[in-house]
Amino acid sequence: MSPDLLKLIFGRLGLESLPLHEPIVVGTFAVVALGGATLLAGLTYFRLWGYLWREWFTTVDHKRIGIMYMILGIVMLLRGFADALMMRGQQMLAFGGSEGYLNAHHYDQVFTAHGVIMIFFVAMPLVTGLMNYVVPLQIGARDVSFPFLNNFSFWMTVGGAVLVMASLFIGEFARTGWLAYPPLSNIGYSPDVGVDYYIWALQVAGVGTTLSGINLICTIVKLRCPGMTMMKMPVFTWTSLCTNILIVASFPVLTVVLALLSLDRYVGTNFFTNDFGGSPMMYVNLIWIWGHPEVYILVLPAFGIFSEVTSTFSGKRLFGYTSMVYATVVITILSYLVWLHHFFTMGSGASVNSFFGITTMIISIPTGAKMFNWLFTMYRGRIRYELPMMWTIAFMLTFVLGGMTGVLLAVPPADFVLHNSLFLIAHFHNVIIGGVVFGAFAGINYWFPKAFGFKLDVFWGKLSFWFWVVGFYLAFMPLYVLGLMGVTRRLRVFDDPSLQIWFVIAAIGAFLVFLGILSMLMQFAVSLLKREQLKDVTGDPWDARTLEWATSSPPPDYNFAFTPVVHDNDAWWDMKKRGYQRPLTGFKPIHMPSSTGTGVILAGLATAMGFGLIWYIWWLAAASFLAMLVVGIGHTFNYHRDFDIPAEDVIRTEDARTKLLAGAK
Amino acid sequence: MSRLKILALLPLAAALSGCDYVVLAPAGDIAAQQRDLVIISTVLMLLIVVPVMALTVLFAWRYRQSNTSARYEPEWDHSTKLELVIWSAPLLIIVCLGALTWMGTHLLDPYRTLGRIKAEQAVDQSRAPLEVDVVALDWKWLFIYPDYGIATVNDLAAPVDRPIKFRITASSVMNSFYIPALAGQIYAMPGMETKLHAVVNHAGTYKGFSANYSGAGFSGMRFNFQGLDDKAFDAWVAQAKSAGGSLGRAEYLKLEKPSENEPVRRYGTVDSDLYRLILNMCVETGKMCQSEMMAIDAKGGRGHEGLNNTLPLTYDKYARRGTPLGPEPTFVAGTCTPDAPQGQTTASIKAPTDIAPLTGAGLKRPTFTPLKSSSFFLGQRPKSDS
Repeated sequence: MSPDLLKLIFGRLGLESLPLHEPIVVGTFAVVALGGATLLAGLTYFRLWGYLWREWFTTVDHKRIGIMYMILGIVMLLRGFADALMMRGQQMLAFGGSEGYLNAHHYDQVFTAHGVIMIFFVAMPLVTGLMNYVVPLQIGARDVSFPFLNNFSFWMTVGGAVLVMASLFIGEFARTGWLAYPPLSNIGYSPDVGVDYYIWALQVAGVGTTLSGINLICTIVKLRCPGMTMMKMPVFTWTSLCTNILIVASFPVLTVVLALLSLDRYVGTNFFTNDFGGSPMMYVNLIWIWGHPEVYILVLPAFGIFSEVTSTFSGKRLFGYTSMVYATVVITILSYLVWLHHFFTMGSGASVNSFFGITTMIISIPTGAKMFNWLFTMYRGRIRYELPMMWTIAFMLTFVLGGMTGVLLAVPPADFVLHNSLFLIAHFHNVIIGGVVFGAFAGINYWFPKAFGFKLDVFWGKLSFWFWVVGFYLAFMPLYVLGLMGVTRRLRVFDDPSLQIWFVIAAIGAFLVFLGILSMLMQFAVSLLKREQLKDVTGDPWDARTLEWATSSPPPDYNFAFTPVVHDNDAWWDMKKRGYQRPLTGFKPIHMPSSTGTGVILAGLATAMGFGLIWYIWWLAAASFLAMLVVGIGHTFNYHRDFDIPAEDVIRTEDARTKLLAGAK
Repeated sequence: MSRLKILALLPLAAALSGCDYVVLAPAGDIAAQQRDLVIISTVLMLLIVVPVMALTVLFAWRYRQSNTSARYEPEWDHSTKLELVIWSAPLLIIVCLGALTWMGTHLLDPYRTLGRIKAEQAVDQSRAPLEVDVVALDWKWLFIYPDYGIATVNDLAAPVDRPIKFRITASSVMNSFYIPALAGQIYAMPGMETKLHAVVNHAGTYKGFSANYSGAGFSGMRFNFQGLDDKAFDAWVAQAKSAGGSLGRAEYLKLEKPSENEPVRRYGTVDSDLYRLILNMCVETGKMCQSEMMAIDAKGGRGHEGLNNTLPLTYDKYARRGTPLGPEPTFVAGTCTPDAPQGQTTASIKAPTDIAPLTGAGLKRPTFTPLKSSSFFLGQRPKSDS
């Protein structure tokens, strides 16, 4: 075929785009291909495709979508963590003239992919998954406000993840660092597909995140059950509300800044170029105007989880509910006034720097208040050390350290000597692992019995806990030390042999964390096998306090047969105290949304469009865009949007639960 | 604070005293003051962090389920007094820290000229600071000493106790100029200038590098910074001078092409206008300097004629520029003057090289007559200036 025709069909995609010269990537591909083929064969053999499509892929049930988000987060954690192990390995080895085992081309992709994946495709899905699962239950709703949108949002997030994963085997990922600062990320210095993969993965996933934010705000504002005023909402719902407000207010900024960058890269505009009036500094400002709220988007729900867990396992009302709520709101607002602290060293004047330094410090006041509130919730409690509570204590001890180094970095002159150093790396891993990841794990262990009807195995859970906590400290305390020695981030090779010991310790720590992840996977597997022993029929295994524990585990499709009525903050605790009797008669048909495959199809087309744009396959991009319009408009003619669960089905489900409860007593 | 005291602050350090905690034990007064701020802030925060951690452990232990002798008050969830304490204690710390931050940030502003050499020694105003122009290239550092007419690659030296004034820019992408022993870092950015004032108090050889990832050769972007006594510094300058070699525009264009792990190089003579040309991105013949463009714009711009003043970009230091859907790459052509018929920009064009917005002091207007808004909209030049 003529080269022109090939170019028309395949854009810049060619055989040479496949990284056949990288043995590590080829090996990974072999393993992934083998594993994938086995999985697909298994699904086909056991005839699970139909089940998966009907019950999961097309579902609009917030609970199933929540679970799928969690699975996505955990799968991507494996990829992101593989990158982390590779980095630790490289930095441990590359001393004394050794180049390590990764060349610059590969290593620079590894650390970029690590950051992007961990934030967008691990932390975000875990947090969104928990909010999706728990929030409607906590407010006594049957589903989210826009169930179809919820399904679509999830699949868009998957689409972004698929693009990032594709970059591993087709072409390359960005070599720019996880925020892709221009001019480096502009076409002049990154002409390859890496940055385009970055842009379109984030744009596709970003649509999902924004829509999911809108959805959850509406849900929380409009679908609360009778009696649940704003100041009677559980704290996790409050933090979710604030997080989603942050999402809706900040993700459009990311969308726009990436759109401007793509204009620079595709049509030759000069927003962020060096010449023709472009300003790379504008990009740095804009991306952090999204980027800093993003940090709070991740950590606020974790704060909510810790509040629920502390109160439940201390057997006490949450101390200072009102101040907890105000602290959350203050953090939400302040998180927009601090973005410049990510680049004090870009040359702003002293007054600008001090302003942003001081606003940053002010955030530590409500955060400190939250810390004290958890502390005084434990005070005069009866603390049960189940797994979620263990994660919470680990969080409290770890997070204050990370908070302290964070405030230290907010002092501009201190930042001048620590910025971009491994001290900074240690700091943000300290708050993200110590806060978000520990929070997600506390949440998983806490709500797992709600989602599946059996608790998670304690032995493997504790093993995972200790590997993670010890591994975390071993991996990141050396980085604080290295930062004080003036070692900067993203280095591939080192010349000072005295540093090596610290990198070896850090690598050991990373390996322990790896064992922690394996133990967690074991924990899931073992719990699944021992599910009869770990079974919980009460729906309330922890003697908990909020509404999600009032229904069965797993909850029926409709969540609550009757919409609950709330009189107190800890609604379920209050109901238990007042001797609440589960209604056994009077069930009516329940109006529910119908499943639809449109979300999967639209997200698939969006991903194909992204792929086409990345590789300059214009016909594919145009065709998928048109197809998206057609499918989107077509969906508006779908009148099978809802159905009623017949009263008999409700009665059957509720009777089964009555029998189970009677059997448990 | 002496080195010993600092080591005492870090128990870990005792075990590994062979390591060089350069951030905590620097050789320059600015870095030392920054270090002091690090330590003071940490101690201030420890005032609250340590009690919180201790209380966490204490409560976690004391109120465990098996300890039935501890009080249990499941309904206790509010105490105004406690609330006051838990909001005001962090607030007080932050008030102190905020005051410290405000002062420290202004005193240690890298754009601020030095007031002191070290704690008890003020700057000798009669002695001019050493000026060094720093250019971050892909992937090496170019240092130009305008007062001495020499330039070096990946080798920097300064006399002990003499203030140094760095002017910093970059050729292509963002970097960060950082010598931990000397002073905190500041970004090096193309087409822009940042500044750093510092002084080295102890003779010795220290590490310098880029602290902002800039591409494939980033790890090798290292240089040595030597603090030398006056005599040794003079010898160092003489050595560079005798190294011969000259750095003009042509040589620079060769030098700025990407290369990794560059050895030290010295140039005995250097084009005195080179740094200005690099900063204004017009080292290549025929390109319009940014300063010139800004001067024209400040006078009202060229209007529609300006659109046509571009030429196709045939030379570029990078393999590929130009986008799949955009027009062919171009550059703005320099204007012809009698001195430079080819449109070369020369040193005779006096334009503000001080790119004021970076200083945070706002846009200081050049000495032209201020624009009239009407002339701006009509695209006419103000009449008064010509």
